[in-house]
Amino acid sequence: MNSELKTAGVSQRRPRFLIKVQTYLRPRANLPASERMTISVVGVLGFFLLWLLVTEAGWIQPFFLPSPIAVASRLANMVVSGGYLEDVWASSYRVFGGFFVAAVVAVPIGILIGNFPFFRSLLEPLLSTARYLPATAFVPLMIIWLGINESQKISIVFMGTFFPLALFIASISEGVSSDLMNSAYSLGASSRQVFFKVLLPACVPAIVDALRITAGIAWTYVIVAELVGADKGMGIAILQSQRFLLTDQVIAGIVAVGILGVLTDLAFRYAHRKFFPYMY
Amino acid sequence: MTRVLVDNVSVEFARHREAPQIALTNTNLEIEQGEFVCLLGPSGCGKSTLLNVVGGLVEASTGLIKVDGRSVSQPGPDRGMVFQNYSLYPWHTVRQNIEFGPKLNRWPKVKVSEIANELIEIVGLKEYADQFPKVLSGGMKQRVAIARALAMEPSVLLMDEPFGALDAQTRSRMQELLLDIWSRKRTTVIFVTHDIEEAVYLADRVLVMSARPGRIIEDFRIELPRPRVADVVASEEFTRYRKHMLHLLRH
Repeated sequence: MNSELKTAGVSQRRPRFLIKVQTYLRPRANLPASERMTISVVGVLGFFLLWLLVTEAGWIQPFFLPSPIAVASRLANMVVSGGYLEDVWASSYRVFGGFFVAAVVAVPIGILIGNFPFFRSLLEPLLSTARYLPATAFVPLMIIWLGINESQKISIVFMGTFFPLALFIASISEGVSSDLMNSAYSLGASSRQVFFKVLLPACVPAIVDALRITAGIAWTYVIVAELVGADKGMGIAILQSQRFLLTDQVIAGIVAVGILGVLTDLAFRYAHRKFFPYMY
Repeated sequence: MTRVLVDNVSVEFARHREAPQIALTNTNLEIEQGEFVCLLGPSGCGKSTLLNVVGGLVEASTGLIKVDGRSVSQPGPDRGMVFQNYSLYPWHTVRQNIEFGPKLNRWPKVKVSEIANELIEIVGLKEYADQFPKVLSGGMKQRVAIARALAMEPSVLLMDEPFGALDAQTRSRMQELLLDIWSRKRTTVIFVTHDIEEAVYLADRVLVMSARPGRIIEDFRIELPRPRVADVVASEEFTRYRKHMLHLLRH
């Protein structure tokens, strides 16, 4: 009914496609789910078709931009015969390690900052300043402190994800409604019970969502960490491909990181539905 | 027997670079066991503040609150609270929400489930006992919240505009349900509202409040017969109360 109302103001003599364009340009217009899906598919296909067109037609040399087919077959090749899965494993391990440690530290600190004025006053000035320190600038420092090894790479992932995560979680846990906690107090709950039985369960779903969003940052930093002194990993694989001017392999490496990022995202979404069924 | 005693209570909120805001000034109030009292007034008159002081959520700047003769300054299970926004725990089912208080206080299991069963029955949510709050309508959510507060068998039930977010029909059905529960349980109720008809329909006493500074300006005893049915709003007496209160609130 809403969409009828909205199109009612449009003159009927206009061509259909003009009306469509007007709908698409209307903020918060109502689009049916099927139409939105079609638009998404058109967008993705369009991107690859354009890529295919400019490369296959020879407008861009393969040295600069190989065709999507070449990239896909190169990626398959890397996985099957190039031992690429070892690189994938090395990077996933670093992402998981650094991100896991960051989450384990950031979740309690974030909740403390969000709900206890004492800890907020104590920690927030430091954390919100540290957030502006570029994690990439810590690469040299980490090499001095830790040498070139796994812990150095994991700590870069940690540096990159911990600060945004802690502040994100602080703001999530701060947002838990006071009435929710007050109702528990009025039912005779102690501070401890309010913390564990109300505050925590109330913010855990949003925290899992925050982890999902921040996991993307972890993938960014692992590549940066590997650009210096790694023998295995998706980042170093990209760097080496560039040294040998294997552009298709560079792009295949980038695409692979993207795929893993999407898989991480899906895993988090799945876990969210599984653990918090009451939200759906 | 006096259930709730408010003795010379004032509440001031500190403001940045300004004189403190006086939300409630030198208020005295005595509420008897089993009384249904409505606090009525425009926004800013301190009615919610008064309720929250009794609930222990807001600290009194001066004066004393006593419930059953004991002085109170913190929230506690002797004062059940119901908020306008329901504030149910979304990760718990209807039954788990109602059992939350008793379980927290380690009541015996048999007693916990007995109380939950009784309250689920009273608020008419038997079919929804194992559903999460997300699927409930606003009226149902508020029924769960009332049951959850009653589960602790409080001395007084404090309700802060509990039906303010409901549509008119649901609202009037909830008012009837509340009166029904109240007459069965004989709980003492303090009910905050800005709706004159709601106050007159529900209450034994309506305390009309005024702003700047927040204070009680009139204490009405509502002599309408009980049990009250919806028709009572059409009676002459009802209209008289309403006119009088409207006049007070306008001036």
